[in-house]
Amino acid sequence: MRAVAIARRELSSYFYSPVAYVAMMLFLLACGLLFWSDLQPGRPVAMRTLFEWMVWLLVFVIPVLSMGLISQEWASGTIESMMTAPVEESDMVLGKFLGSLLFFIVLLCPTILYVVILAMYGRPDLGPIFTGYLGILLVGALFISIGLFFSSLTKSQIVAAVSSAAMLFAVTIVPWWAGAKALLPTFWRQVVMQMVYFRYTDFSRGVIDSGNLVFFIVTTSVFLFLTVKVMESRRWK
Amino acid sequence: MIEVKELTKIYGQTLAVDRVSFEVTKGQIVGFLGPNGAGKSTTLKMLTCYLPPTSGGAKVAGFDIFHESRQVREVLGYLPENVPLYTEMRVEEYLEFRGQLRKMPRDERRKRIDYVVERCWLTNVRRKTIGHLSKGYRQRVGLADSLLHNPKVLILDEPTVGLDPTQIRESRKLIRDLGGDHTVILSTHILPEVEAVCDRAIVIAGGRIVAQGSPEELRASRRMSARVLVECRGAGKEIETILSRLTGVRGVEIVSTDADKYVTAAVAPKDGYDVREEVARALYSGGFPLREIRLEHATLEEFFVQVTAGQAVAKAD
Repeated sequence: MRAVAIARRELSSYFYSPVAYVAMMLFLLACGLLFWSDLQPGRPVAMRTLFEWMVWLLVFVIPVLSMGLISQEWASGTIESMMTAPVEESDMVLGKFLGSLLFFIVLLCPTILYVVILAMYGRPDLGPIFTGYLGILLVGALFISIGLFFSSLTKSQIVAAVSSAAMLFAVTIVPWWAGAKALLPTFWRQVVMQMVYFRYTDFSRGVIDSGNLVFFIVTTSVFLFLTVKVMESRRWK
Repeated sequence: MIEVKELTKIYGQTLAVDRVSFEVTKGQIVGFLGPNGAGKSTTLKMLTCYLPPTSGGAKVAGFDIFHESRQVREVLGYLPENVPLYTEMRVEEYLEFRGQLRKMPRDERRKRIDYVVERCWLTNVRRKTIGHLSKGYRQRVGLADSLLHNPKVLILDEPTVGLDPTQIRESRKLIRDLGGDHTVILSTHILPEVEAVCDRAIVIAGGRIVAQGSPEELRASRRMSARVLVECRGAGKEIETILSRLTGVRGVEIVSTDADKYVTAAVAPKDGYDVREEVARALYSGGFPLREIRLEHATLEEFFVQVTAGQAVAKAD
């Protein structure tokens, strides 16, 4: 399948990118610090703090990983050799999305070490840990689809990174901050509850709610769809 | 194989391609000739389905570029002007990837990669990273990619730009050999290339086709007959007068005067006349020592300059 070939190429291209390694390093460093607070004496044998705060990290890390996905192709002109091959825009978008998602999974793998450490010092409840990872994957997929969308709009990686980060900030951190205010009118409270943070927290607590699952799948699909449309619109200019 | 009808492209206020129409039959090698900014690349990008035309249409191998773009892209091999490549990949990896994109089955892919690598002289750099290659090699990788799936139609945008003379000669030979089995359109502003490689040339300037035909036809048209150049000593005015009076001569122009008082005169003969003997006799009997007399062949370059200069003037109005 064409999308698979593109995904594979994208994945291996990440391993040639110094930016990806730096982002990975900083991400894992921050995760390590978060986990350390979970490892304090008296805390429950779980990765709660890590999963709660990892979303904030992703708001900044994923734009850096996704910024070049399509911007680089615009800038170097390789978009031309891609689009003059018998490749559909949807193949390309799907391929890039999958490739990035796979890299994201690779990025998360070292954190399995934390589970091992917990198992060495106690008896961790694997349920919440499993759902925690699931939640992070869903958030990651959504964030990547948003990063991919902004990357398709511009030749400049910096512009893509900054606009993705701004959007992610707006849908994740702002509602979290607003949600903490008790005196919110009902309507706005409802809006805020739809945003990423609140949809995600159940996963970190060990709950898989179908509503939350659907939320992530649908919003990710919407951004992927929009990206395909952006690429297709070029054919009509 | 390729039919283009009234193809037009407007960018905002600029008319880049103006109702271009032409046809290319199977197996022909056609050269798109024109100054920079004439609309060659834009026209080619429309044929490869990269840019949509503003109006007009074209068919490649019977498929419409707008409505059947996927089929067009399957039979097409394209080398873009700036040869965009993924610089972090190795040559072989890149060709593998492109083969996968075209859904070539694995065995066929491997065989074709071996074939194009050899045909495009990439054997030594097969395992090298593209980012480490010189422009000439990158150009060849692009060419190899365009040939990979043995396309019926090849569109090459300035395929020999940036290559050294040996590579240029070999590339041209490669392109010539491709004719017959493949239909080729190449764009260039290097005139000798058209003479060396193409069956037909289409000259574009200011977004319009200004001339079409085989290289010989183009040279013969537009009053592009040969000139006779003479170098003799004497007063320019007198030489001009004497030579203009000869029967076969249409016009005389004094091109330059040497430090040793040798004058170079260009004699334009009337159609069908070889005035060399007449000129030599006239100068000898007139007492002008003759140093050199030669026939200057009409060049495609002069034709090109004449024809495109006219366009530039027309556009400026």
